[in-house]
Amino acid sequence: MTFLEYAPAPESTAILNIPKSYGLFINGEWTDGRGGSLTTISPSTEKPICDIALADSSDVDRAVAAARKSYDTVWSRMSGAERGKYLFRIARLIQERAREFAVAETLDNGKPIRETRDIDIPLVAAWFFHYAGWADKLDYAGVGPNPTALGVAGQIIPWNFPLLMLAWKVAPALAAGNTVVLKPAETTPLTALMFADICQQAGLPAGVVNIIPGLGGVAGQALVEHAGINKIAFTGSTAVGRNIARTLAGTQTRLTLELGGKGANIVFDDAPVDEAVEGIINGIFFNQGHVCCAGSRLLVQENVQDEIVEKLTKRLSTLRLGDPLDKNTDIGAINSKAQLERITSITETGVAEGAERWTLDCAVPSKGFWFRPTIFTNVSTSNTIARDEIFGPVLSVLSFRTPDEAIVKANNTPYGLSAGIWTSNASRMLRVADSLRAGVVWANTFNQFDPTSPFGGYKESGYGREGGRHGLAAYLANGGAR
Amino acid sequence: MSRLAIPKTYKLFIGGKFPRSESGRTTTVVDAKGEFLANVANASRKDARDAVVAARSAFSGWSGATAYNRGQVLYRIAEMLEGRAEQFVSEICDATGVTPAVARTEVSAAIDCLVWHAGWTDKFAQVHGGANPVAGPYFNLSVPEPTGVVAAIAPSGPNTSLFGLIATIAPILTTGNTVVVLASESTPCAAMTFAEVVATSDVPGGVVNILTGSVAEVAPWLASHADVNAIDLTGAESALAVDCERSAAETLMRVVRPGSFGPTESAFDRIAAFVETKTVWHTKSLL
Repeated sequence: MTFLEYAPAPESTAILNIPKSYGLFINGEWTDGRGGSLTTISPSTEKPICDIALADSSDVDRAVAAARKSYDTVWSRMSGAERGKYLFRIARLIQERAREFAVAETLDNGKPIRETRDIDIPLVAAWFFHYAGWADKLDYAGVGPNPTALGVAGQIIPWNFPLLMLAWKVAPALAAGNTVVLKPAETTPLTALMFADICQQAGLPAGVVNIIPGLGGVAGQALVEHAGINKIAFTGSTAVGRNIARTLAGTQTRLTLELGGKGANIVFDDAPVDEAVEGIINGIFFNQGHVCCAGSRLLVQENVQDEIVEKLTKRLSTLRLGDPLDKNTDIGAINSKAQLERITSITETGVAEGAERWTLDCAVPSKGFWFRPTIFTNVSTSNTIARDEIFGPVLSVLSFRTPDEAIVKANNTPYGLSAGIWTSNASRMLRVADSLRAGVVWANTFNQFDPTSPFGGYKESGYGREGGRHGLAAYLANGGAR
Repeated sequence: MSRLAIPKTYKLFIGGKFPRSESGRTTTVVDAKGEFLANVANASRKDARDAVVAARSAFSGWSGATAYNRGQVLYRIAEMLEGRAEQFVSEICDATGVTPAVARTEVSAAIDCLVWHAGWTDKFAQVHGGANPVAGPYFNLSVPEPTGVVAAIAPSGPNTSLFGLIATIAPILTTGNTVVVLASESTPCAAMTFAEVVATSDVPGGVVNILTGSVAEVAPWLASHADVNAIDLTGAESALAVDCERSAAETLMRVVRPGSFGPTESAFDRIAAFVETKTVWHTKSLL
């Protein structure tokens, strides 16, 4: 047994108590869905977890009506301090049941327990705790005196950080005084439905939070088109974001969008090399690359390219891919068969267009959806793999000679969500950060998130910010502003 | 013996220059009594595209200028406008039939609006951005940055031929955006005289571009232009606004809908509508 071999250390699923089937959570109660059902599976084993009822448009009507009623009769009349106390309760309940949620998230999503346990779920609690404190301080949100809630918010979230995206959406909406109808992603509804239980344990008034799993084209679309909705918040693909923006043209419904990205991670020749290598790996292989703000384009200064790529592949060889529930696992499963097919197809395009492919030589479990970490070198800026979001563990390496060239290449994308800068020269870091057209810039770090820190994109990565005061303002109206 | 006056040829304002419409088209503008006032340029799709190119070229210089510098330039526009106030009073009276006192109120409001925004350039980032106390050893700062090239439709209606134009473009310019603005279709003359003020106020060419002509014809080209980052539809009538918003969805350009700022118009919110918040993280080392 070498130092790289570990005995299996799987996290027990005994902590879970999952029913055979879940209904829709509307008006504080479990009800049947009329849009059929699906079976959510574990992507690492393809084993079924439980049946999930799906909402159709009449279910969306019921959920919006429940949210409206609770907004009119309860939530909008409650003091901010009292609303805040409910959010504090939710934060504490999440902390108390953190391990249970971490295991469930890993089971349903396929990401390593190390990440759900140490990142996703702690951030969920932090998000609720942060926004809890805002609920009675809305005058300081920066949108003018006496701001008001918008009303009912429709929220549609993706599968890559299921419960964390729920927290990003629900916490600020409730703090600002809105009620919500939330549609979790088709492949990852489990923790959102478990969150309904948290709402019940917290004694949250019925109808303030409604959770309705459903198909994007059915429940998602009905929610977006619903006349009783005052605000839509969507995180997902740019293509769907465009459709939503088009649908809402001419309405008074407010909209925020967190969409795709093709983040540049820029490494200068004076960067601390070992830290940079860790950061590059965290940037693209964190959560199997299912990250909208992933550092999927590595821009490395030409004179250190060989050294960086060599260290990257060497370091990657020490990562463990496999059972996400194993505490030693670094790379988990791809979330779905469809996503695996997309990643496979786009990497084949990369090879066909002339890039050189390196793929980690490691064993892959026989069941489930897996993709071995892959690095492309000899990539040109016009290659598909340098332009399109892959949303998987695939890194494209490009080189540059001067800081100006790095900036031009980094900004040469319709997206503008994230970027990274690695240099030990602080004045260069600040100058480059100024020039990057991206909403989040990580310098000598990557993929850091915090409830106090606004997150969101430029250009086709969407509009609006989540996190901090800016994220709160997205759920508030000032005077005539809509 | 009376002297024959020299009427002005009204042209477009693109990239700091005053070209005619490349289409060669003009359109007749009448005064409040319906009598001939002027032939103004009737901008085409190509003119709109040229204006976007000019605005894009000017963006890095204007957004990269110091906030203090931008404030002084906006203040300089106010100075130039003040000096020519009576000319605007007379033009507004001719075009709209209001009394000189009413016109003077509009011109004064326009000048004061510019001064107010001149004072915001070096304060907005402090108020709208800030340090974020993240739970870890990081320096973390959020700053507002200009969205980019903004297209705008200036409002039409009473007392807006100058003030409406300036209330539209000043918040866009404050943070470093550049603008392509469609002047009021019924009263475009004051806008083109304002272009002469801009041209003599140290505003770099291309930062402000003003087009006259058919709003319904040109606005959709701007709303579907891939190099426009945001569009202010405040002055668009509702069917056109819906059409433009739908086109804008293709590029996900930011849209300010008509009526977005309500009856108690919040000028601060207008500035905030055309910025992107950038958040920069940096590690702090262990000592």
